[in-house]
Amino acid sequence: MSDALLELVDLVRYFPIRNAFGRRVAWLRALDGVSLSVMPGETLGLVGESGCGKSTLGKTVMGIYAPMAGEIRFAGREIGHLPKRERRAVAKDLQYVYQDPGASLDPRWKVVHSLHEPLKIHTTLSRADREREVSAILAAVGLPDAHLDLYPHELSGGQQRRVGLARILTLHPRMVILDEPTSGLDVSVQASVLKLFRSLQAAFALTYVFISHDLAVVRAMCARIAVMYLGKIVELGDTPAVFEKPRHPYTQSLLAAVPRIGGRRVTLDFALEGEPPNPRDVPSGCRFRTRCPLVQDVCAVEEPPLREVGGQRVACHFA
Amino acid sequence: MTCSIRDFAAARRAMAELLSVRDLRVDFVTDRGVAQVLDGINLDVAAGEVVGLVGESGCGKTTLARAILGILPAGAARVRGGAVRFKGKDLLSQDAATLNDEVRGRAITFIPQDPFTSFSPVFSVQTQIMDLMKWKSPRAAAGRRGSSLFQRYPRERYRADHASVLETLRAVQLPEPARALRRLPHEFSGGQRQRLMIAMALLPRPDLIIADEPTTALDVTIQAQILRLLRALVKERGVSVLFTTHDLGTAHEICDRVVVMYAGQEMEDAPRDVFFERPAHPYTRRLLASVPSADGPLRDIPGEVPSLIAAPSGCRFHPRCDYATAECGAGRPAPWVVADTHVVRCHHPVDAPIEADA
Repeated sequence: MSDALLELVDLVRYFPIRNAFGRRVAWLRALDGVSLSVMPGETLGLVGESGCGKSTLGKTVMGIYAPMAGEIRFAGREIGHLPKRERRAVAKDLQYVYQDPGASLDPRWKVVHSLHEPLKIHTTLSRADREREVSAILAAVGLPDAHLDLYPHELSGGQQRRVGLARILTLHPRMVILDEPTSGLDVSVQASVLKLFRSLQAAFALTYVFISHDLAVVRAMCARIAVMYLGKIVELGDTPAVFEKPRHPYTQSLLAAVPRIGGRRVTLDFALEGEPPNPRDVPSGCRFRTRCPLVQDVCAVEEPPLREVGGQRVACHFA
Repeated sequence: MTCSIRDFAAARRAMAELLSVRDLRVDFVTDRGVAQVLDGINLDVAAGEVVGLVGESGCGKTTLARAILGILPAGAARVRGGAVRFKGKDLLSQDAATLNDEVRGRAITFIPQDPFTSFSPVFSVQTQIMDLMKWKSPRAAAGRRGSSLFQRYPRERYRADHASVLETLRAVQLPEPARALRRLPHEFSGGQRQRLMIAMALLPRPDLIIADEPTTALDVTIQAQILRLLRALVKERGVSVLFTTHDLGTAHEICDRVVVMYAGQEMEDAPRDVFFERPAHPYTRRLLASVPSADGPLRDIPGEVPSLIAAPSGCRFHPRCDYATAECGAGRPAPWVVADTHVVRCHHPVDAPIEADA
């Protein structure tokens, strides 16, 4: 196979929608045939609006949701359908960061306890080795050793976040999935968190999948981006190329909607009407056709495949 | 620095303000001490103007918006001084009944951040909007003191009000307004609920709308639609808006003028273009520089936002400021008029385009 660290092939995850009697009445198609690959050391951005399936993608890769079809290959090994015990061993290399990693610390544990725990579970290091490891990680996230003896509530929000990240890094994972890591942060704090992600990536040779709805952040952080709409990837390519010449009409609208500082008000020219359809009721053919300015008859009949257009991959009949 | 308060006052009078907040001080009493959440705020909104109030979380933007409306939490908040003048009257000294009759929901209306919790889930949208119109329609007489909750809604007026509701729902581009009215709030998406909120804010024909982060909960394409709609509607009707947001891009989209706050103090007040191209306050400049750009380096502001219980003396930004001197900790800088409507509160204002910092 290829030398990709993570490879998804036609990944499918539906959620059943049940009525009051527990009978399944419909499927919510959160991931509907997603294929992509992530190279070692790169940062892949995953963008889209709420309900497009980007978080489901991250959680399915992590094994929080079982895939219903398709393959997840991590470091050349299929991990989507492993037995529990074997799957757990993969967690050492593949970690997931929630929106606020600080909030996942146990409030009754001192920082030192939280940081030692993953090492106890996944490694056979001696106590002295663990201590050396923990203080190295703590220094990498920019906290002094003195913080080891504090409880989470004694730290500021930003410091808790750093401890949360340190906890994930103690195992030296190869890949980290960051799920909306900066949403809800103020811009000045966001800048310091992004700087930290960058320096940790360099220090630990990490590969990131960066899930975000904030296009400015993705542009600053990611080399490649995948744009999702209703459970499908509609465009995939190098970040500068996608931002300069978006090929899919949805990507074009998404980029046109982002407020930009300086120059003319972008919303004055914003043309996209309507709202995304309910993901339990996906339109036939191309999913974007109900809002698309370029829509033709063929769009309702035939679902456009992801095809190569000028260096990017685009799922549109008219790209 | 010879900035005089007189220049400042003169500059402000020239703006024919609708709302003017002067030296407003609000404290919150907490278990750990008294937090000075607003520390001598000045703010003006002229007729027909969209003013953005920007700042990071905890800087006091929402408290300021609530202080203007007189809806601060009664137990904890204490107005320690200052004035809120609206159309020449001081709102702080008026009694609650007058405020309710004449100001809140009439002359000043409110668009909340969260369109999900602002409706009652058990009544139809029609019931909720007509309840508002019963008391706050421009056709309803203002002085209704002493009237009972059970006062009936005169049929003539109901019909006329209902017609204006439909008209306004069309103006906010809600599809099929007559059918929409019969539905329950949960049947609408977030974007549509925010359209309903905008309609409800416009219906009493206010002079001023206070919008508290109205697009923060929305997706970016929906946000663009709502911002475009809101700006078009208020400009067409000549309504002023005080728009609080933490997103500088959103402020750039919707505002005519921007006021930036930090830890309960207003730092700079400038026309939109000046604010984004040639800001004078070091905080404004650092804030703008921390917005991620395509290829520039990431620049954060070192340090953390101070606690308002033991806030730094003088200019509250001085412990994190590159230009700070002893003077900055000694006293808060007086307003310095850079140009007609550009006011900065800094001992060391910067006179250079924003690119100079990059």
